[in-house]
Amino acid sequence: MAVSADGAVVLSLAGEWQLGRPRPAVSQLAWPEGALRLRLDCQALRQWDSSILLYLRPLWEECQRRGIAIDLDDLPPGLRRLLVLATAVTAPLERDDLAEDGFVGRVGEGSRQVLVAALRVCTFVGELCVAVLKLLVGRARMRLGDLITESAKAGYQALFIVSLIGYLIGLILAFIGAIPLKWFGAQIYTASLIGIGMLRLMAAVMVGVVMAGRTAASFAAELGTMQTNEEIDALRCMGVPPMEFLVLPRFLAMTLMMPLLCVYGDILSLAGGLTVGVLYLGFGTVEFWEQLVLTTRLEDLYVGVFTSWIFGMLLGICGCYQGMNCGRDSAAVGRATTAAVVSSIVCMVIATAPITVLTVLWKI
Amino acid sequence: MAENTTSNRNSPPPPIEVRDLTMAYGERVIVRDMNFVVPAGEIFIVMGGSGCGKSTLLRHLIGLMAPAKGRVFRDGVDFWALSGAEQDRMKRRSGILFQGGALWSAMTLAENIALPLREFTRYREKEIREICELKLSLVGLAGFGDYYPAAISGGMRKRASLARAMALDPEVLFFDEPSAGLDPVSARRLDELILALRESLGATVVVITHDLASIFAIGGMAIFLDSGSKSIAARGRPRELLDQGSNPALIDFLTRGERHTKLPALRADGSSKI
Repeated sequence: MAVSADGAVVLSLAGEWQLGRPRPAVSQLAWPEGALRLRLDCQALRQWDSSILLYLRPLWEECQRRGIAIDLDDLPPGLRRLLVLATAVTAPLERDDLAEDGFVGRVGEGSRQVLVAALRVCTFVGELCVAVLKLLVGRARMRLGDLITESAKAGYQALFIVSLIGYLIGLILAFIGAIPLKWFGAQIYTASLIGIGMLRLMAAVMVGVVMAGRTAASFAAELGTMQTNEEIDALRCMGVPPMEFLVLPRFLAMTLMMPLLCVYGDILSLAGGLTVGVLYLGFGTVEFWEQLVLTTRLEDLYVGVFTSWIFGMLLGICGCYQGMNCGRDSAAVGRATTAAVVSSIVCMVIATAPITVLTVLWKI
Repeated sequence: MAENTTSNRNSPPPPIEVRDLTMAYGERVIVRDMNFVVPAGEIFIVMGGSGCGKSTLLRHLIGLMAPAKGRVFRDGVDFWALSGAEQDRMKRRSGILFQGGALWSAMTLAENIALPLREFTRYREKEIREICELKLSLVGLAGFGDYYPAAISGGMRKRASLARAMALDPEVLFFDEPSAGLDPVSARRLDELILALRESLGATVVVITHDLASIFAIGGMAIFLDSGSKSIAARGRPRELLDQGSNPALIDFLTRGERHTKLPALRADGSSKI
């Protein structure tokens, strides 16, 4: 580039400028001293696409920085307009999270968010307790029809998947358990293994995981979509508390149906174990049943049912909490659904530990 | 009590009064120090560009969001000083047409209208059915009671939502962007419906909109929220504001930017020194 007497320099843009082909960098330009104005010569310019804009935009910024005016008269009209659009200054959006925090700031902000989330969960659980109390004194705005509908969704509509998983888990556990028991000639204890294992914990966990993926996720998706569509706002505006109208029937349905599904899962898993006992290990049905009754106590069943009742409450809370605290876009519904499943399973595992330890310590 | 009311012995309190209201999300202030009164039986328009805080103001007026500062009076009573149960009772005296309709998707149109009637009145089931049919016919949806929201068009959903908003015969009707997402003809019909219902029912109507056609068609008193100054930049009737207004942001808004804002990319004269 050479500078003329009036301080103008000419930059020629020639040939084909297309994406995917190499293009020069603005930093490679040797700017002559005393340049006041830059004229772009496009006589030899042939085909062009966004590639040339990717060059001209930093060129414009460099000129701004150096205080050089650009003369665009020779640019093709379409390219000129695109460049004007691309270099237009947009007012920055005011955001809360633009501050550049250091490590300490980020840790502090992260901790604050954890505390806020914990507070929100406590508030939600507290409001739910109030709603349950209002229901007990007959003052909750919950429709019986909603409870029946949600119970059907969380109950008999889940029977097929619980049957399938329950039977197969019983079958698999019996097969796996039979291997070491055979070493000691104690195959008959496969019935005890299935009885104690499934009735006491495994069936509750199995049903819990199935219901977390099936029903807790659907609670989060339903309520999240209602949040996105302002349906929950519409309820609030009428003075209908969503906690009583939407959350309570779902929570109760899950709490009531989980123990029943657990008992159903127990029966199917015992059937799975019996299948292995009869067809693989060669026991008679009566023999298997007698061993089961001899070594399995009714308390094992009670512990399993109690555990699944606790799981039902946790799943109801996790699914509904994520839905009610969902953002207002479709991606947020997806996030709420995922979070509902993950938090449900995590909560169940965390709850299992004290239940197992305490029931063993208390010799239940 | 005196601090929490605007009661006056000579005249009934206005259905809505806003005093020194500042709206904010956390630290970020949206609009500060707003003052306005919505007179009873009038149409009141809140207008402004996208992101100026119109919908946030609506959430304050309908009791979904508490003010960062200032007070919102409903019928002369400080809304946020009321107990939860009193707030709920106050909320039931207004109806809201949300931007997307916000009909409960698991219920039919008739069930949507019947829900507030079943929850808050002691009408018999037969009466409730009759009221549902009446409200649907008022918005031109007679015979659509058994339809689910997903089975009808966007314009019909808005009208059904209006029927639900009128279920409890509210004293104040709020409309959030009533013409959003509608074709021009449907939008105009909805505007006409709003005017007709207001004249017939005598309700106070608050319309939140940025749609110029609706603003000029509906008329009424208006305030203009400006995101630049974060305040009410102008107030008056839209046509008068356009004729007399000197606020560049308002004139820009009411003329779609044709009077003040230069849009360089749209110029075709080739003047291209930048």
